[in-house]
Amino acid sequence: MERTTLDLWVGIFVVAGIAALVVLALKVGNLSTYNVSESYQLQAHFTNVGGLKPTASVRSAGVLVGRVTSIVLDTERYEARVTMSIDKRYQFPKDTFANILTSGLLGEQYIGLMPGGDDKMLANGDEFKKTQSAVVLEDLIGKFFTSSVDSKK
Amino acid sequence: MAIVSGLRGIGKRVVNAVWRLGYAARFFVMTLFYSGTSFRRFRLIEKELFSSGVMSLIIILVAGMFVGMVLALQGYETLKRYGSESALGSLVALSLVRELGPVLAALLFASRAGSAMTAEIGLMKATEQISAMELMAVNPIARVVAPRFWAGVISMPLLAALFSAMGVFGGYVVGVVNIGVDEGSFWSQMQASVDFQHDILNGVLKSVVFGLAVTAIALFEGYDAPPTAEGVSGATTRTVVESSLAILMLDFILTAFMFQGA
Repeated sequence: MERTTLDLWVGIFVVAGIAALVVLALKVGNLSTYNVSESYQLQAHFTNVGGLKPTASVRSAGVLVGRVTSIVLDTERYEARVTMSIDKRYQFPKDTFANILTSGLLGEQYIGLMPGGDDKMLANGDEFKKTQSAVVLEDLIGKFFTSSVDSKK
Repeated sequence: MAIVSGLRGIGKRVVNAVWRLGYAARFFVMTLFYSGTSFRRFRLIEKELFSSGVMSLIIILVAGMFVGMVLALQGYETLKRYGSESALGSLVALSLVRELGPVLAALLFASRAGSAMTAEIGLMKATEQISAMELMAVNPIARVVAPRFWAGVISMPLLAALFSAMGVFGGYVVGVVNIGVDEGSFWSQMQASVDFQHDILNGVLKSVVFGLAVTAIALFEGYDAPPTAEGVSGATTRTVVESSLAILMLDFILTAFMFQGA
């Protein structure tokens, strides 16, 4: 069996196709941002998660430090329990604030961490004690209307 | 009497259609059954990969590039109104990877390679090459049909990936180089919104299904074509029409399964 130009062309075609897939995965998709470094799990309870979704980012001072892995309803407290995996490189004090924030006015929601001053750090499986729920636009508008009616009385 | 003959005509058509569908199903099963032989003689598949995959490269690359450029132009015009030009990258990439890449590449593949397959096999049948093979105890399904089938199934996802990648590049050229959208936000918004498993792998899965459908239709139409010049031309037309419709319908079904509630 000899090598032919046909082999070369088919080879080029297959290599180009696979290269396109790799480009799509790394440059267009998020495969390169998948957490390859080790991570640990932290939890937080929120009274309302708003539009937060799994894979939403967890940021501290604007820097991406982890991702939300799951959101479930905790039927003991009837609150949302959010589990997030945080990069091992970043440690946070015990009294860190976890807030659900929105990027831009109508952008996607993420969790913002505001570190406190405690000496002890959160370890795997620990929970954020201080949380602030998502701002729900409808609630805000509702409050605005009721307060303006009250003030007229 | 006119009613009776009309009813008779409808019945005949329905029976014929069901008959043909059954024949097509048996043809498809036979193709899968005799695929082993063509994988042992990979040279046969390789030859068909060249004529259906490599020869479709240029049209796929050029079409992908232009689709990406148009997406960027149109998307920018709309996004500008809401002041979110930075989302241009994710708009271009998501629409290409999820829908336009697999669907448009499959439509181009159906008209470029599928029609050629039908015409080739139809003409082989018209010139009695298929019967000659049977006389020589060569199974025409194993020798002619199965290699073409697998070549189509293999090359379709590769072509769709190339289409999407070229489209993203075209979107980059128009969006970032021409219009001047910020390069950093173009790529980072894209990466933030395109998920490897959910978007890219589902797109690949779609294109595999389209490849199966297009080549199965093209090969069956060719094999079933009446052995006349008219019959072959009719079969080629039917290939393009049927596979285009099949692609669009399958796309709806697959999208409903893959992206519902996500």
